[in-house]
Amino acid sequence: MALKITGPLLALFAKFFSGASVRWIDCHPDTCQRIYFANHTSHLDALVIWASLPPEVRAMTRPVAAKDYWTAGRIREYFARHVFNAILIDRTEIKVHQSPVDVMIREIGDKYSLIVFPEGGRSPTGEVQEFKSGLYYLAKKRPELEAVPVYIDNMNRILPRGEVLPVPLLSRVIFGPPIWLEKDEPKADFLRRAREAVLRLKDL
Amino acid sequence: MTDPRTLILVLGVLVVLGAATAVAHVLRRRPETGLNPALLETFWRRIRAWWLLLSIVAATFLIHRVVTIAVFGLISFWALREFITLTPTRPGDHRALFWVFFVATPVQFVLVGLGWYTWFVSFIPIYAFLLISARIALADDPKRFLERTAKIQIGLLICVYCFSYAAALLSLPVDKVSSGAASLRERLLFFFVLMVQLSDVLQYAWAQLPWKHVLAPTISPSRTLEGLLGGVLSTSLVGSALYWATPFPYWLAGLMSGLIALIGFAGGLTMSAIKRDRGVQDYGTLVEGHGGVLDRIDSLCFAAPVFFHLSYAWLTSG
Repeated sequence: MALKITGPLLALFAKFFSGASVRWIDCHPDTCQRIYFANHTSHLDALVIWASLPPEVRAMTRPVAAKDYWTAGRIREYFARHVFNAILIDRTEIKVHQSPVDVMIREIGDKYSLIVFPEGGRSPTGEVQEFKSGLYYLAKKRPELEAVPVYIDNMNRILPRGEVLPVPLLSRVIFGPPIWLEKDEPKADFLRRAREAVLRLKDL
Repeated sequence: MTDPRTLILVLGVLVVLGAATAVAHVLRRRPETGLNPALLETFWRRIRAWWLLLSIVAATFLIHRVVTIAVFGLISFWALREFITLTPTRPGDHRALFWVFFVATPVQFVLVGLGWYTWFVSFIPIYAFLLISARIALADDPKRFLERTAKIQIGLLICVYCFSYAAALLSLPVDKVSSGAASLRERLLFFFVLMVQLSDVLQYAWAQLPWKHVLAPTISPSRTLEGLLGGVLSTSLVGSALYWATPFPYWLAGLMSGLIALIGFAGGLTMSAIKRDRGVQDYGTLVEGHGGVLDRIDSLCFAAPVFFHLSYAWLTSG
Protein backbone atom coordinates (compact mmCIF):
# COMPACT_ATOMS: atom_id res chain seq x y z
CA MET A 1 0.00 0.00 0.00
CA ALA A 2 2.71 2.43 1.00
CA LEU A 3 4.44 1.68 -2.28
CA LYS A 4 1.44 2.93 -4.19
CA ILE A 5 2.13 6.35 -2.72
CA THR A 6 5.92 6.42 -2.43
CA GLY A 7 6.51 5.29 -6.02
CA PRO A 8 4.65 8.12 -7.75
CA LEU A 9 5.91 10.53 -5.09
CA LEU A 10 9.52 9.61 -5.69
CA ALA A 11 8.98 9.86 -9.44
CA LEU A 12 7.40 13.29 -9.03
CA PHE A 13 10.25 14.41 -6.80
CA ALA A 14 12.86 13.13 -9.25
CA LYS A 15 11.09 14.88 -12.10
CA PHE A 16 10.95 18.16 -10.22
CA PHE A 17 14.59 18.06 -9.19
CA SER A 18 15.91 17.07 -12.57
CA GLY A 19 13.47 19.38 -14.37
CA ALA A 20 13.58 16.68 -17.00
CA SER A 21 11.81 17.20 -20.28
CA VAL A 22 11.20 13.81 -21.85
CA ARG A 23 11.16 13.09 -25.57
CA TRP A 24 10.56 9.89 -27.49
CA ILE A 25 12.05 9.90 -30.98
CA ASP A 26 10.96 7.07 -33.30
CA CYS A 27 10.10 5.01 -30.26
CA HIS A 28 7.05 4.83 -28.02
CA PRO A 29 6.62 3.93 -24.38
CA ASP A 30 5.61 0.28 -24.19
CA THR A 31 5.40 -2.35 -21.49
CA CYS A 32 7.13 -4.91 -23.73
CA GLN A 33 10.43 -6.23 -22.44
CA ARG A 34 13.27 -3.88 -23.35
CA ILE A 35 16.82 -2.94 -22.48
CA TYR A 36 17.17 0.79 -22.05
CA PHE A 37 20.83 1.76 -22.28
CA ALA A 38 21.99 5.26 -21.44
CA ASN A 39 25.02 7.43 -20.94
CA HIS A 40 26.00 7.79 -17.31
CA THR A 41 27.16 10.93 -15.52
CA SER A 42 25.37 10.96 -12.19
CA HIS A 43 23.99 8.68 -9.49
CA LEU A 44 20.58 10.16 -10.24
CA ASP A 45 20.58 8.89 -13.85
CA ALA A 46 18.87 5.58 -13.10
CA LEU A 47 16.24 7.26 -10.96
CA VAL A 48 15.54 9.98 -13.52
CA ILE A 49 15.15 7.60 -16.46
CA TRP A 50 12.91 5.40 -14.34
CA ALA A 51 10.83 8.43 -13.35
CA SER A 52 10.59 9.59 -16.98
CA LEU A 53 8.73 6.45 -18.00
CA PRO A 54 4.92 6.39 -17.84
CA PRO A 55 3.68 4.74 -14.61
CA GLU A 56 2.63 1.44 -16.20
CA VAL A 57 5.98 1.09 -17.98
CA ARG A 58 7.81 2.21 -14.86
CA ALA A 59 6.25 -0.64 -12.90
CA MET A 60 7.80 -3.13 -15.35
CA THR A 61 11.25 -1.53 -15.50
CA ARG A 62 14.19 -2.18 -13.20
CA PRO A 63 17.28 0.03 -13.22
CA VAL A 64 20.68 -1.52 -12.66
CA ALA A 65 22.44 0.45 -9.96
CA ALA A 66 25.63 0.41 -7.93
CA LYS A 67 25.12 -1.54 -4.73
CA ASP A 68 27.65 0.44 -2.69
CA TYR A 69 25.88 3.75 -3.41
CA TRP A 70 22.29 2.59 -3.12
CA THR A 71 22.74 0.58 0.07
CA ALA A 72 24.59 3.35 1.90
CA GLY A 73 21.91 4.54 4.28
CA ARG A 74 18.49 3.13 5.05
CA ILE A 75 16.43 5.58 3.00
CA ARG A 76 18.43 5.03 -0.15
CA GLU A 77 18.27 1.29 0.30
CA TYR A 78 14.51 1.40 0.88
CA PHE A 79 14.01 3.39 -2.30
CA ALA A 80 16.35 1.23 -4.35
CA ARG A 81 15.00 -2.11 -3.18
CA HIS A 82 11.31 -1.41 -2.74
CA VAL A 83 10.34 1.68 -4.68
CA PHE A 84 12.22 1.61 -7.94
CA ASN A 85 13.01 -2.03 -7.60
CA ALA A 86 16.65 -1.72 -8.67
CA ILE A 87 18.92 -4.61 -9.50
CA LEU A 88 21.88 -3.83 -7.31
CA ILE A 89 25.25 -4.85 -8.67
CA ASP A 90 28.21 -5.26 -6.38
CA ARG A 91 31.01 -3.50 -8.21
CA THR A 92 33.65 -4.58 -5.73
CA GLU A 93 33.31 -8.34 -6.09
CA ILE A 94 32.43 -9.54 -9.52
CA LYS A 95 32.62 -13.30 -9.62
CA VAL A 96 33.04 -15.48 -12.66
CA HIS A 97 29.92 -17.59 -12.21
CA GLN A 98 27.94 -14.70 -10.78
CA SER A 99 28.61 -12.15 -13.49
CA PRO A 100 26.44 -9.01 -13.48
CA VAL A 101 24.96 -9.99 -16.84
CA ASP A 102 23.78 -13.34 -15.43
CA VAL A 103 22.25 -11.59 -12.45
CA MET A 104 20.40 -9.17 -14.73
CA ILE A 105 19.11 -11.92 -17.03
CA ARG A 106 17.89 -13.91 -14.04
CA GLU A 107 16.26 -10.93 -12.36
CA ILE A 108 14.28 -9.69 -15.35
CA GLY A 109 12.94 -13.13 -16.29
CA ASP A 110 10.46 -12.75 -19.09
CA LYS A 111 8.67 -9.82 -17.51
CA TYR A 112 10.82 -6.84 -16.63
CA SER A 113 12.71 -4.31 -18.69
CA LEU A 114 16.18 -3.13 -17.73
CA ILE A 115 17.91 0.23 -17.48
CA VAL A 116 21.66 -0.22 -17.93
CA PHE A 117 24.64 2.06 -18.25
CA PRO A 118 27.08 0.36 -20.63
CA GLU A 119 29.93 2.73 -19.81
CA GLY A 120 30.22 0.76 -16.58
CA GLY A 121 30.55 3.84 -14.43
CA ARG A 122 29.95 7.54 -14.36
CA SER A 123 31.89 9.50 -16.94
CA PRO A 124 34.41 11.77 -15.22
CA THR A 125 34.10 14.48 -17.89
CA GLY A 126 30.47 14.23 -18.93
CA GLU A 127 31.50 12.93 -22.37
CA VAL A 128 30.17 9.50 -23.31
CA GLN A 129 32.95 6.94 -22.79
CA GLU A 130 33.56 3.69 -24.65
CA PHE A 131 30.96 1.00 -23.88
CA LYS A 132 31.95 -2.04 -21.86
CA SER A 133 30.98 -5.45 -23.18
CA GLY A 134 28.08 -6.08 -20.76
CA LEU A 135 25.50 -4.71 -23.18
CA TYR A 136 26.77 -7.04 -25.89
CA TYR A 137 26.42 -10.13 -23.69
CA LEU A 138 22.94 -9.03 -22.61
CA ALA A 139 21.92 -8.64 -26.25
CA LYS A 140 23.52 -11.94 -27.15
CA LYS A 141 21.65 -13.83 -24.45
CA ARG A 142 18.36 -12.11 -25.13
CA PRO A 143 18.60 -11.13 -28.82
CA GLU A 144 14.83 -10.69 -29.13
CA LEU A 145 14.67 -7.75 -26.72
CA GLU A 146 14.56 -4.21 -28.08
CA ALA A 147 17.63 -2.25 -27.03
CA VAL A 148 16.49 1.36 -26.64
CA PRO A 149 19.17 4.07 -26.57
CA VAL A 150 18.65 6.87 -24.06
CA TYR A 151 20.55 10.14 -23.89
CA ILE A 152 20.42 11.97 -20.62
CA ASP A 153 21.65 15.54 -20.63
CA ASN A 154 22.88 17.85 -17.88
CA MET A 155 22.58 15.41 -14.96
CA ASN A 156 26.31 15.76 -14.31
CA ARG A 157 25.62 19.37 -13.38
CA ILE A 158 22.61 18.53 -11.22
CA LEU A 159 24.47 15.99 -9.12
CA PRO A 160 28.15 15.76 -10.10
CA ARG A 161 30.54 13.09 -8.92
CA GLY A 162 31.39 13.40 -5.28
CA GLU A 163 28.52 15.74 -4.40
CA VAL A 164 25.73 14.85 -2.01
CA LEU A 165 23.24 17.65 -2.61
CA PRO A 166 21.67 18.26 -6.01
CA VAL A 167 21.25 21.65 -7.65
CA PRO A 168 17.89 21.92 -9.43
CA LEU A 169 18.89 22.70 -13.01
CA LEU A 170 16.91 21.53 -16.01
CA SER A 171 17.78 18.33 -17.86
CA ARG A 172 16.64 16.32 -20.86
CA VAL A 173 15.91 12.63 -21.29
CA ILE A 174 15.68 11.45 -24.90
CA PHE A 175 14.59 7.96 -25.90
CA GLY A 176 15.66 6.88 -29.39
CA PRO A 177 14.77 4.21 -31.94
CA PRO A 178 15.57 0.65 -30.75
CA ILE A 179 18.48 -1.39 -32.10
CA TRP A 180 19.07 -5.18 -32.11
CA LEU A 181 22.18 -7.30 -32.22
CA GLU A 182 22.63 -8.42 -35.83
CA LYS A 183 23.35 -12.05 -36.53
CA ASP A 184 27.09 -12.71 -36.22
CA GLU A 185 27.76 -9.04 -35.50
CA PRO A 186 31.18 -8.68 -33.86
CA LYS A 187 31.23 -7.39 -30.31
CA ALA A 188 33.22 -4.24 -31.09
CA ASP A 189 30.91 -3.31 -33.96
CA PHE A 190 27.78 -3.70 -31.90
CA LEU A 191 29.18 -1.69 -29.01
CA ARG A 192 30.28 1.08 -31.35
CA ARG A 193 26.88 1.12 -33.02
CA ALA A 194 25.12 1.22 -29.64
CA ARG A 195 27.28 4.10 -28.44
CA GLU A 196 26.61 6.05 -31.62
CA ALA A 197 22.88 5.44 -31.20
CA VAL A 198 23.10 7.21 -27.85
CA LEU A 199 25.34 10.00 -29.09
CA ARG A 200 23.09 10.72 -32.05
CA LEU A 201 20.23 11.66 -29.70
CA LYS A 202 22.32 14.43 -28.19
CA ASP A 203 21.78 16.83 -31.08
CA LEU A 204 18.19 15.93 -31.90
CA MET B 1 -13.16 46.44 2.29
CA THR B 2 -11.95 46.27 -1.29
CA ASP B 3 -11.79 49.63 -2.97
CA PRO B 4 -14.20 49.95 -5.93
CA ARG B 5 -11.30 51.18 -8.05
CA THR B 6 -9.59 47.81 -7.64
CA LEU B 7 -12.67 46.05 -8.90
CA ILE B 8 -13.02 48.39 -11.86
CA LEU B 9 -9.38 47.89 -12.80
CA VAL B 10 -9.52 44.11 -12.55
CA LEU B 11 -12.84 43.85 -14.33
CA GLY B 12 -11.68 46.22 -17.06
CA VAL B 13 -8.58 44.12 -17.65
CA LEU B 14 -10.64 40.93 -17.69
CA VAL B 15 -12.96 42.37 -20.31
CA VAL B 16 -10.09 43.56 -22.55
CA LEU B 17 -8.16 40.34 -22.14
CA GLY B 18 -11.28 38.26 -22.73
CA ALA B 19 -11.94 40.17 -25.95
CA ALA B 20 -8.32 39.73 -27.08
CA THR B 21 -8.49 36.00 -26.34
CA ALA B 22 -11.71 35.67 -28.30
CA VAL B 23 -10.22 37.51 -31.28
CA ALA B 24 -7.04 35.43 -31.19
CA HIS B 25 -9.07 32.25 -30.87
CA VAL B 26 -11.16 33.07 -33.91
CA LEU B 27 -8.14 34.12 -35.99
CA ARG B 28 -6.27 30.93 -35.13
CA ARG B 29 -9.23 28.86 -36.32
CA ARG B 30 -9.32 30.66 -39.65
CA PRO B 31 -6.08 30.35 -41.59
CA GLU B 32 -7.74 31.91 -44.67
CA THR B 33 -7.56 35.44 -43.18
CA GLY B 34 -4.02 35.62 -44.57
CA LEU B 35 -2.46 36.86 -41.35
CA ASN B 36 1.09 35.80 -40.62
CA PRO B 37 0.72 32.59 -38.57
CA ALA B 38 4.00 33.18 -36.70
CA LEU B 39 2.71 36.60 -35.65
CA LEU B 40 -0.56 35.08 -34.52
CA GLU B 41 1.25 32.41 -32.55
CA THR B 42 3.32 35.07 -30.76
CA PHE B 43 0.12 36.99 -30.01
CA TRP B 44 -1.50 33.82 -28.66
CA ARG B 45 1.45 32.93 -26.44
CA ARG B 46 1.56 36.45 -25.05
CA ILE B 47 -2.13 36.37 -24.25
CA ARG B 48 -1.70 33.11 -22.40
CA ALA B 49 1.19 34.54 -20.39
CA TRP B 50 -1.02 37.55 -19.57
CA TRP B 51 -3.77 35.39 -18.20
CA LEU B 52 -1.31 33.55 -16.04
CA LEU B 53 0.50 36.59 -14.67
CA LEU B 54 -2.62 38.63 -14.10
CA SER B 55 -4.47 35.80 -12.41
CA ILE B 56 -1.51 35.32 -10.07
CA VAL B 57 -1.63 38.99 -9.18
CA ALA B 58 -5.41 38.97 -8.92
CA ALA B 59 -5.18 36.02 -6.52
CA THR B 60 -3.70 38.41 -4.02
CA PHE B 61 -7.04 40.23 -3.73
CA LEU B 62 -8.81 36.97 -3.07
CA ILE B 63 -6.48 34.92 -0.91
CA HIS B 64 -3.59 36.45 0.96
CA ARG B 65 -0.49 38.38 0.09
CA VAL B 66 1.70 35.58 1.47
CA VAL B 67 0.38 33.37 -1.33
CA THR B 68 1.28 35.97 -3.93
CA ILE B 69 4.78 36.39 -2.55
CA ALA B 70 5.28 32.62 -2.48
CA VAL B 71 4.13 32.32 -6.09
CA PHE B 72 6.49 35.12 -7.11
CA GLY B 73 9.24 33.22 -5.30
CA LEU B 74 8.49 30.05 -7.27
CA ILE B 75 8.52 31.94 -10.57
CA SER B 76 11.87 33.42 -9.57
CA PHE B 77 13.23 29.99 -8.71
CA TRP B 78 12.15 28.62 -12.08
CA ALA B 79 13.60 31.58 -13.98
CA LEU B 80 16.92 31.15 -12.18
CA ARG B 81 16.86 27.48 -13.09
CA GLU B 82 16.52 28.35 -16.74
CA PHE B 83 19.25 30.97 -16.49
CA ILE B 84 21.82 28.74 -14.77
CA THR B 85 21.01 25.76 -17.01
CA LEU B 86 21.96 27.93 -19.94
CA THR B 87 25.09 29.28 -18.30
CA PRO B 88 28.16 27.06 -18.35
CA THR B 89 29.41 26.41 -14.84
CA ARG B 90 32.25 24.29 -13.55
CA PRO B 91 32.04 21.52 -10.94
CA GLY B 92 33.66 23.96 -8.50
CA ASP B 93 30.53 26.14 -8.66
CA HIS B 94 28.24 23.38 -7.44
CA ARG B 95 28.19 24.28 -3.75
CA ALA B 96 27.84 27.98 -4.50
CA LEU B 97 24.86 27.16 -6.72
CA PHE B 98 23.31 25.14 -3.94
CA TRP B 99 23.44 28.21 -1.69
CA VAL B 100 22.02 30.40 -4.42
CA PHE B 101 19.03 28.15 -5.07
CA PHE B 102 18.17 26.95 -1.61
CA VAL B 103 19.27 29.78 0.66
CA ALA B 104 19.61 33.11 -1.15
CA THR B 105 16.40 32.80 -3.19
CA PRO B 106 14.03 31.75 -0.39
CA VAL B 107 15.59 34.18 2.10
CA GLN B 108 15.10 37.08 -0.31
CA PHE B 109 11.39 36.36 -0.61
CA VAL B 110 11.00 35.91 3.14
CA LEU B 111 12.61 39.32 3.64
CA VAL B 112 10.27 40.80 1.03
CA GLY B 113 7.31 39.14 2.72
CA LEU B 114 8.31 40.54 6.10
CA GLY B 115 8.74 43.94 4.48
CA TRP B 116 12.18 44.46 6.05
CA TYR B 117 13.16 47.16 3.61
CA THR B 118 16.82 47.63 4.60
CA TRP B 119 17.46 43.92 4.48
CA PHE B 120 15.76 42.97 1.28
CA VAL B 121 17.48 45.73 -0.66
CA SER B 122 20.92 44.79 0.63
CA PHE B 123 20.84 41.04 1.17
CA ILE B 124 21.57 39.84 -2.38
CA PRO B 125 23.83 42.58 -3.80
CA ILE B 126 26.04 42.57 -0.72
CA TYR B 127 25.83 39.40 1.30
CA ALA B 128 24.80 36.83 -1.29
CA PHE B 129 27.27 38.21 -3.84
CA LEU B 130 30.17 38.07 -1.42
CA LEU B 131 29.12 34.60 -0.30
CA ILE B 132 29.07 33.36 -3.91
CA SER B 133 32.58 34.59 -4.64
CA ALA B 134 33.93 33.22 -1.36
CA ARG B 135 32.23 29.84 -1.83
CA ILE B 136 33.64 29.50 -5.34
CA ALA B 137 37.10 30.43 -4.06
CA LEU B 138 36.80 27.78 -1.38
CA ALA B 139 36.19 25.16 -4.08
CA ASP B 140 39.82 25.72 -5.06
CA ASP B 141 39.36 26.06 -8.81
CA PRO B 142 40.83 29.37 -10.02
CA LYS B 143 40.04 28.86 -13.68
CA ARG B 144 38.02 31.84 -15.00
CA PHE B 145 37.08 32.70 -11.45
CA LEU B 146 35.77 36.21 -12.14
CA GLU B 147 33.73 35.12 -15.12
CA ARG B 148 32.08 32.28 -13.21
CA THR B 149 31.34 34.48 -10.22
CA ALA B 150 29.83 37.18 -12.44
CA LYS B 151 27.61 34.73 -14.30
CA ILE B 152 26.02 33.38 -11.16
CA GLN B 153 25.73 36.84 -9.66
CA ILE B 154 23.93 38.36 -12.62
CA GLY B 155 21.58 35.39 -12.73
CA LEU B 156 20.70 35.92 -9.09
CA LEU B 157 20.46 39.68 -9.57
CA ILE B 158 18.03 39.57 -12.49
CA CYS B 159 15.98 36.49 -11.76
CA VAL B 160 15.65 36.84 -8.00
CA TYR B 161 16.64 40.25 -6.69
CA CYS B 162 15.06 42.42 -9.39
CA PHE B 163 12.02 40.20 -9.74
CA SER B 164 11.39 40.25 -5.98
CA TYR B 165 10.86 44.01 -6.18
CA ALA B 166 7.54 43.36 -7.90
CA ALA B 167 6.39 41.34 -4.90
CA ALA B 168 7.84 44.04 -2.64
CA LEU B 169 5.23 46.48 -3.92
CA LEU B 170 2.92 44.66 -1.52
CA SER B 171 4.93 45.98 1.42
CA LEU B 172 5.11 49.64 0.41
CA PRO B 173 4.38 52.12 3.22
CA VAL B 174 0.93 53.57 2.48
CA ASP B 175 0.03 55.16 5.81
CA LYS B 176 0.64 58.66 4.44
CA VAL B 177 -1.92 58.21 1.70
CA SER B 178 -4.99 60.17 2.74
CA SER B 179 -7.73 58.37 0.83
CA GLY B 180 -8.32 54.97 -0.66
CA ALA B 181 -5.42 53.27 1.08
CA ALA B 182 -7.34 49.99 1.25
CA SER B 183 -5.87 47.48 -1.23
CA LEU B 184 -3.74 50.28 -2.69
CA ARG B 185 -0.60 48.11 -2.72
CA GLU B 186 -2.31 45.22 -4.45
CA ARG B 187 -3.71 47.63 -6.99
CA LEU B 188 -0.28 49.12 -7.56
CA LEU B 189 1.22 45.69 -8.21
CA PHE B 190 -1.61 44.93 -10.60
CA PHE B 191 -1.09 48.27 -12.33
CA PHE B 192 2.66 47.62 -12.63
CA VAL B 193 2.32 44.14 -14.12
CA LEU B 194 -0.33 45.46 -16.47
CA MET B 195 1.89 48.31 -17.69
CA VAL B 196 4.89 46.02 -18.22
CA GLN B 197 2.89 43.53 -20.24
CA LEU B 198 1.12 46.27 -22.13
CA SER B 199 4.37 47.99 -23.06
CA ASP B 200 5.72 44.66 -24.36
CA VAL B 201 2.73 44.24 -26.62
CA LEU B 202 2.61 47.90 -27.70
CA GLN B 203 6.32 47.93 -28.57
CA TYR B 204 5.82 44.79 -30.58
CA ALA B 205 2.84 46.30 -32.37
CA TRP B 206 4.61 49.61 -33.15
CA ALA B 207 7.60 47.69 -34.47
CA GLN B 208 5.35 46.28 -37.21
CA LEU B 209 5.21 49.74 -38.86
CA PRO B 210 6.88 50.03 -42.25
CA TRP B 211 9.60 52.36 -40.87
CA LYS B 212 12.20 50.26 -39.15
CA HIS B 213 15.35 51.47 -37.49
CA VAL B 214 16.56 48.31 -35.83
CA LEU B 215 18.56 49.29 -32.75
CA ALA B 216 20.74 46.22 -32.22
CA PRO B 217 20.28 43.99 -35.27
CA THR B 218 22.67 41.25 -34.16
CA ILE B 219 21.09 40.88 -30.77
CA SER B 220 17.45 41.53 -31.48
CA PRO B 221 16.27 42.05 -35.06
CA SER B 222 12.71 42.75 -33.91
CA ARG B 223 13.37 45.72 -31.60
CA THR B 224 13.14 48.98 -33.46
CA LEU B 225 13.43 52.65 -32.49
CA GLU B 226 9.87 53.13 -33.73
CA GLY B 227 8.68 50.31 -31.49
CA LEU B 228 10.47 51.81 -28.52
CA LEU B 229 9.19 55.37 -29.03
CA GLY B 230 5.68 54.30 -29.92
CA GLY B 231 5.63 51.87 -27.02
CA VAL B 232 6.86 54.42 -24.48
CA LEU B 233 4.41 57.09 -25.62
CA SER B 234 1.36 54.85 -25.86
CA THR B 235 2.11 53.15 -22.53
CA SER B 236 2.41 56.61 -20.94
CA LEU B 237 -1.00 57.56 -22.32
CA VAL B 238 -2.69 54.40 -21.05
CA GLY B 239 -0.88 54.79 -17.70
CA SER B 240 -2.02 58.35 -17.20
CA ALA B 241 -5.55 57.39 -18.15
CA LEU B 242 -5.45 54.80 -15.37
CA TYR B 243 -4.00 57.22 -12.79
CA TRP B 244 -7.10 56.79 -10.57
CA ALA B 245 -5.91 53.29 -9.77
CA THR B 246 -2.59 54.58 -8.41
CA PRO B 247 -1.62 57.02 -5.66
CA PHE B 248 -0.06 59.30 -8.30
CA PRO B 249 -1.43 62.34 -10.16
CA TYR B 250 -2.15 61.72 -13.83
CA TRP B 251 1.13 63.23 -15.08
CA LEU B 252 3.22 61.12 -12.74
CA ALA B 253 1.28 57.93 -13.56
CA GLY B 254 1.99 58.63 -17.23
CA LEU B 255 5.66 59.40 -16.61
CA MET B 256 6.16 56.24 -14.57
CA SER B 257 4.39 54.11 -17.17
CA GLY B 258 6.65 55.55 -19.89
CA LEU B 259 9.65 54.78 -17.70
CA ILE B 260 8.41 51.21 -17.18
CA ALA B 261 8.22 50.80 -20.96
CA LEU B 262 11.72 52.23 -21.47
CA ILE B 263 13.35 50.08 -18.81
CA GLY B 264 11.34 47.04 -19.82
CA PHE B 265 12.78 47.50 -23.29
CA ALA B 266 16.30 47.55 -21.81
CA GLY B 267 15.50 44.35 -19.91
CA GLY B 268 14.30 42.52 -22.99
CA LEU B 269 17.34 43.64 -24.94
CA THR B 270 19.74 42.55 -22.19
CA MET B 271 18.21 39.11 -21.93
CA SER B 272 18.30 38.79 -25.71
CA ALA B 273 22.04 39.53 -25.59
CA ILE B 274 22.55 36.73 -23.10
CA LYS B 275 20.46 34.35 -25.20
CA ARG B 276 22.33 35.20 -28.42
CA ASP B 277 25.63 34.67 -26.64
CA ARG B 278 24.49 31.20 -25.63
CA GLY B 279 23.10 30.57 -29.11
CA VAL B 280 19.47 29.92 -28.22
CA GLN B 281 16.27 31.48 -29.43
CA ASP B 282 14.29 31.33 -26.23
CA TYR B 283 14.88 30.08 -22.74
CA GLY B 284 11.78 28.01 -23.37
CA THR B 285 13.12 26.19 -26.42
CA LEU B 286 16.16 25.12 -24.47
CA VAL B 287 14.06 22.50 -22.80
CA GLU B 288 10.94 21.46 -24.60
CA GLY B 289 7.73 21.46 -22.70
CA HIS B 290 8.81 24.11 -20.23
CA GLY B 291 7.28 27.50 -20.66
CA GLY B 292 10.34 29.68 -20.90
CA VAL B 293 9.51 31.63 -17.76
CA LEU B 294 12.48 33.93 -18.20
CA ASP B 295 11.31 34.96 -21.67
CA ARG B 296 8.09 36.23 -20.14
CA ILE B 297 9.50 38.13 -17.18
CA ASP B 298 12.64 39.76 -18.61
CA SER B 299 11.17 43.26 -18.95
CA LEU B 300 9.39 42.95 -15.62
CA CYS B 301 12.67 42.14 -13.84
CA PHE B 302 14.31 45.32 -15.05
CA ALA B 303 11.36 47.63 -14.48
CA ALA B 304 10.40 46.38 -11.01
CA PRO B 305 13.20 47.98 -8.91
CA VAL B 306 12.80 51.36 -10.61
CA PHE B 307 9.03 51.38 -10.19
CA PHE B 308 9.36 50.29 -6.57
CA HIS B 309 11.92 52.93 -5.63
CA LEU B 310 10.05 55.75 -7.33
CA SER B 311 6.78 54.71 -5.70
CA TYR B 312 8.54 54.43 -2.35
CA ALA B 313 10.03 57.92 -2.74
CA TRP B 314 6.66 59.39 -3.68
CA LEU B 315 4.77 57.67 -0.88
CA THR B 316 7.27 58.59 1.84
CA SER B 317 7.97 62.18 0.75
CA GLY B 318 4.59 63.30 2.13
